[in-house]
Amino acid sequence: MQDPIKLGLAAGWKHFDASALARSQTIEADVVIVGSGAGGGVSADILSDAGLRVVLVEEGPLRSSTDFRMRESEAYPELYQESGARKTADKAINILQGRCVGGSTTVNWTSSFRTPPEVFAYWQRQFGLRQLSSEAMSSWFAVMEHKLSVRSWDTPPNPNNQLLLAGGEKLGVDVGLIKRNVKACWNLGYCGLGCPTNAKQSMLITTIPAALSRGAVLYSRLRAERLRFAGNQVAALDCQALQPDGIRPSGKRVQLRARHFIVAGGAIGSPALLMRSGVPDPYRRLGKRTFLHPVIISAALMPDRVDAYAGAPQSIYSDHFLHQAPIDGPLGFKLEAAPLHPVLFATTLQGYGQAHARLMREFTQASVALALLRDGFHPASVGGQVRLGANGLPVLDYPLGDVIWEAARRALLAMAEIQFAAGARWVTPVHESTPGYTSWAEARRGIAELPLKPFVCRVVSAHVMGGCAMADAPQRGVVDHRGRHFWLGNLSVHDGSVFPTSLGVNPQLSIYGLVARNASLLAAELSGRPVPAIP
Amino acid sequence: MMLNRRQFIRAGLAGSALLAFAGWLNAAGQRALNDAERDMLAAVVNALLDGALPGDSGQRRRLVALTVDGIAVEVAGFSLATQKEIGELFGLLVAAPGRWLLAGVGKAWREASVTDVSDFLQAWRTSRLDLLQGAYAALHDLTFGAWYARPETWEAIGYPGPPKGYF
Repeated sequence: MQDPIKLGLAAGWKHFDASALARSQTIEADVVIVGSGAGGGVSADILSDAGLRVVLVEEGPLRSSTDFRMRESEAYPELYQESGARKTADKAINILQGRCVGGSTTVNWTSSFRTPPEVFAYWQRQFGLRQLSSEAMSSWFAVMEHKLSVRSWDTPPNPNNQLLLAGGEKLGVDVGLIKRNVKACWNLGYCGLGCPTNAKQSMLITTIPAALSRGAVLYSRLRAERLRFAGNQVAALDCQALQPDGIRPSGKRVQLRARHFIVAGGAIGSPALLMRSGVPDPYRRLGKRTFLHPVIISAALMPDRVDAYAGAPQSIYSDHFLHQAPIDGPLGFKLEAAPLHPVLFATTLQGYGQAHARLMREFTQASVALALLRDGFHPASVGGQVRLGANGLPVLDYPLGDVIWEAARRALLAMAEIQFAAGARWVTPVHESTPGYTSWAEARRGIAELPLKPFVCRVVSAHVMGGCAMADAPQRGVVDHRGRHFWLGNLSVHDGSVFPTSLGVNPQLSIYGLVARNASLLAAELSGRPVPAIP
Repeated sequence: MMLNRRQFIRAGLAGSALLAFAGWLNAAGQRALNDAERDMLAAVVNALLDGALPGDSGQRRRLVALTVDGIAVEVAGFSLATQKEIGELFGLLVAAPGRWLLAGVGKAWREASVTDVSDFLQAWRTSRLDLLQGAYAALHDLTFGAWYARPETWEAIGYPGPPKGYF
């Protein structure tokens, strides 16, 4: 199996592991991009293609297929924020977020959805984003779907996903097939630990190699600390090199100077960088309205082997419960399956001692369903807030209020009913005081009475959005529909932080499409070439 | 090339752990496991993993110690801010007043039984204080993470491990 990153490095790509820098330095470029995930990767590709000199800054390490040995003990510390244990300030929500070259696209489960039309419609109504619609964005999504091989997945779903299909069909709950950004996928099931076969068309093996082949420069283990600006122009980005452990600063510094700066550090990192830099924020919009798709979890034991660690992690979904009420009504939720690996399952599962060990012995027959709550539309669902904690590192407050718990209960009921309909012999919400249930009738009574509150009911997230929201005016947002900052002329935000609400779908393709558009507009402006012909 | 890189990563992790064992550097927030913390974590691990650990006491002690080592490696992989918070939790639990007042464990950690420690964990798990519930969750996740990260634990749960031999 070839490792395209190792081959590229041998061929002379300009990658610098900042932990090995012998001295501090100052670098000049046309465009500096902070972050190498969905937003940074697509931006680097498009801007370098326009002949611009691009520098990419990534806080995490550069790792590639020969490093991806499908072991949780290696993948979490190497590839995830806080080794996969990033948490909200009160510790009630665990957040899975990538921290490596390619960002979360290196470790995501490949689920690909366009931004739903009703979300664009809501943004038009509430945030004046009249330029963005399904029609206007259609070609940009198509471009990225083609580039990243986003296609329907024709291999039969693994039993963990099949269960969602079977239960849904039995109950008349609409289910669909998930498109995936893969090419010649081996159906191994270890997407979350880095793809060992380079089937996943992540930024790591698509846009970033394309940019590096054109001479773009990539720094890994380099933490963007502060933008320096004068008047309404950003002049430089100050960065700290990290030690090889990726945690402590090494003491070496890199200053990057450029004509234009793109912030793409994710919905926690990007607002935090702008806050540390003290960029103008007269209407106090920065870091506000951070959304998580809070995820509620239901585990089932099936009569036969499920082996939820094997096979494409997510191939079946249901949007049935997103369409039961108006978008700004009681929170809807999307249903998906979750792959299970020993550490992920054991740490997520409630309880300890004999009870925990008993459940773990049923690992191969366990199936897990997820409900992703669509936050940010109901008037009381205002999301969380990013602020700066110790050492200027970001902290996310996300209060879990009544609108969340009301939806969580409906979600637990819906998942249990589907799991029993698919033949489960036992179902438990991931919750600290439930006894678990052996029938739908029992579950319906039990879940109706369950106390739902932080810590007692497990809540996780893998989708962080918002905090640098786009809008038609600075009173309502941080950037405009092109991702351009309202106050600093040569600053753009190109990542999931620009979404003014959550999406109700896994976000990668929404970021790819919007950033392809915005990076293309920016490339035209900076290079003096015509704006692309795509409508 | 591949092996070298992996050895390098391992050396980095081992280095972090060693650094941790060198002792607490108080104000800097850079903390490491001392003997008192290892005793406390051994008692916690011994209770949380009851049912997964073998009954034989020598073997059990060895596996508990391995799991505590695993927790040290996990903690060394967190941001400095998180390491500091976890250090504060551990510090609280090893001090006799914290152990006695907050955890309700009257004996030294070395002498506490599985039942003593389970009672304390259950009390924190169901506490009305977010802080204690969050602390229980941290001990839970660190322990089960360190245990099931080890391939030797997989046979008991029927997990065959990642696919081998394809590459």
